[in-house]
Amino acid sequence: MINSDAKLITDLSNPEMMPTRDGYGKGLVAAGEKDERVVVLCADLTESTRVEAFKDKFPERFIEVGVAEQSLVTVASGLANYGKIPFISSYAVFSPGRNWEQIRTTVALNNVPVKIAGHHAGISVGPDGATHQALEDIALMRVLPNMIVVVPCDVIEAEKATIASANNAKPTYLRFGRDKSAVFTTPETPFEIGKAIVLRDPASAGQVANDVAIVGCGMLLYNALVAAEELSREGIECMVINSHTVKPLDGKTIIEAAQKTGAVVSVEEHQIAGGLGSAIAELLAKNYPVPQEFIGLQDRFGESGTTEELIKACGLGVTHIKDAVKKVIARKNK
Amino acid sequence: MSNYISENKIEELEIKANEARELVIEMLTEAGSGHTAGPMGMADIFTALYFHVLNHDPKNPDWAERDRLILSNGHICPIRYVSMAMSGYFPIEELKTLRKFGSRLQGHPERERLPGLETTSGPLGEGLGQAAGIAYGARMSVKGGSASGGDKFRVYVIMGDGEQDEGNVWESAMFVGKNKLSNLTAIIDRNNIQIDGMTEDIMPLESLRAKYEAFNWHVLEVDGHNIEAFVDAIEEAKAIYEKPTVIIAHTIPGKGIPEIEFDYTWHGKPPKPEEAKKFLHELRTLGGKIKSEHQ
Repeated sequence: MINSDAKLITDLSNPEMMPTRDGYGKGLVAAGEKDERVVVLCADLTESTRVEAFKDKFPERFIEVGVAEQSLVTVASGLANYGKIPFISSYAVFSPGRNWEQIRTTVALNNVPVKIAGHHAGISVGPDGATHQALEDIALMRVLPNMIVVVPCDVIEAEKATIASANNAKPTYLRFGRDKSAVFTTPETPFEIGKAIVLRDPASAGQVANDVAIVGCGMLLYNALVAAEELSREGIECMVINSHTVKPLDGKTIIEAAQKTGAVVSVEEHQIAGGLGSAIAELLAKNYPVPQEFIGLQDRFGESGTTEELIKACGLGVTHIKDAVKKVIARKNK
Repeated sequence: MSNYISENKIEELEIKANEARELVIEMLTEAGSGHTAGPMGMADIFTALYFHVLNHDPKNPDWAERDRLILSNGHICPIRYVSMAMSGYFPIEELKTLRKFGSRLQGHPERERLPGLETTSGPLGEGLGQAAGIAYGARMSVKGGSASGGDKFRVYVIMGDGEQDEGNVWESAMFVGKNKLSNLTAIIDRNNIQIDGMTEDIMPLESLRAKYEAFNWHVLEVDGHNIEAFVDAIEEAKAIYEKPTVIIAHTIPGKGIPEIEFDYTWHGKPPKPEEAKKFLHELRTLGGKIKSEHQ
């Protein structure tokens, strides 16, 4: 059963569709209104990274650096060093892809509160093809000390994450998608960086023991919820956990879920190497090892296509999640 | 004769620069690793900065109105550490901890470990962007009427010449030029060497002047061992408010010790103890020009 504390939309079968980047744009304006230290830097992608509204509202706090992602982050580091709260906006393949070492040295090691917004992450970039589909960015950011990594699941959570990151005084990576995706949380859904949200918890309805915990981040969590509902009809019960913060991982919630269910499926629109699934595996190997299956890109690049086509081709769909759940149950019961 | 610095002051700084070179040799020898050529070549400029140019307070390194000195080519940090110790940021004895475990004097400088460093640096090409961010932020604050001291200070950034190979430098040079950040002055240590050889062999930089001019900078060139000329250039830069200024400071790598001067192989190694003894003697006798070592 859907956890009522998660305050999700009432009819999960028919969600509104909006891109998470819209939430970033809205969140920036709200953060800018609240704190005059908030500044936004962009590398020639104003419209597609949704920073126009901020630019229109606070033109004196908007900085265009051109197609220059290394300069983007080093200038932001200087601004943060001086006391500003800079958000840098580009596509994730370029930032943090191209400028990773600048982020490592001048943001993470320097320990200044630059907010890196990686847009067009995941294969849902679609027709632009593999060059523009960032599938490695979570890995790149979560290996850096001091760095916080947040992957919002929908447009509403994206807005909350943007606003929350403005106040956390830490280097922070925020990941956003290009395409429209299901809006299944609500303004009332709780959000706190570092605190995972249990979206579905059969035990709370007094049902039989859960079988699997699906732990995910980003827009694929909607597929996870749909898969869990369908599996329920087959007698398989899944917890679904929104681990929007990949770093620091909410170890307590995830270990408890592993203890309760004895099996985990991780779900993310990212390479299976180095992403959320890896973070969960590291956590559980040390604390409570259980069988785990990984939904994500299996060491391959994406390609051009619609989101729907690519989700299917890359093994990220509802059926793939259901298959992974069944596979992990078989391993658990062996 | 300079309008900006007295002859007595110049003489005082020249003596200090020589002391700084001795401390650089001593600390590098003690460390057993590190870079020699750059710090020796930049001793005059660092001395001029810390003891004449910069508006700073060693007892209050976070003072909001301090001039910011960003060291982009972090590997020459021994001369910065020496200048900081000599001006009172920390005891001279601490220089001996360079590159040792637990030291605040890391092999490449780290902002969070030692107050007064401003930034963490070493990986090349990143200082200009950070200096630009500080300069831009300072200017924003003035416009916005914030009392953050943004109009009270200047931003200086020191870069190496080999570092000019980095694309990041030119991305940021464009940004600084576009925004006419005249509150920023860049200083390039033009010593013509880098790790693998002479800059013009590895990847020619000339005309460096024309490159920066094309990026909408005001360009000055000085003898980096002539403190008076350097101070004059710094003052000229303050008067140019339509453009940022870069001072290309021609220096001799390893300056002060004839057998290592101009030799690129001294870029990244320290003196051995027996070499250090000889080098210190040369510095203390000004290359044999005076008979007895001063102490």
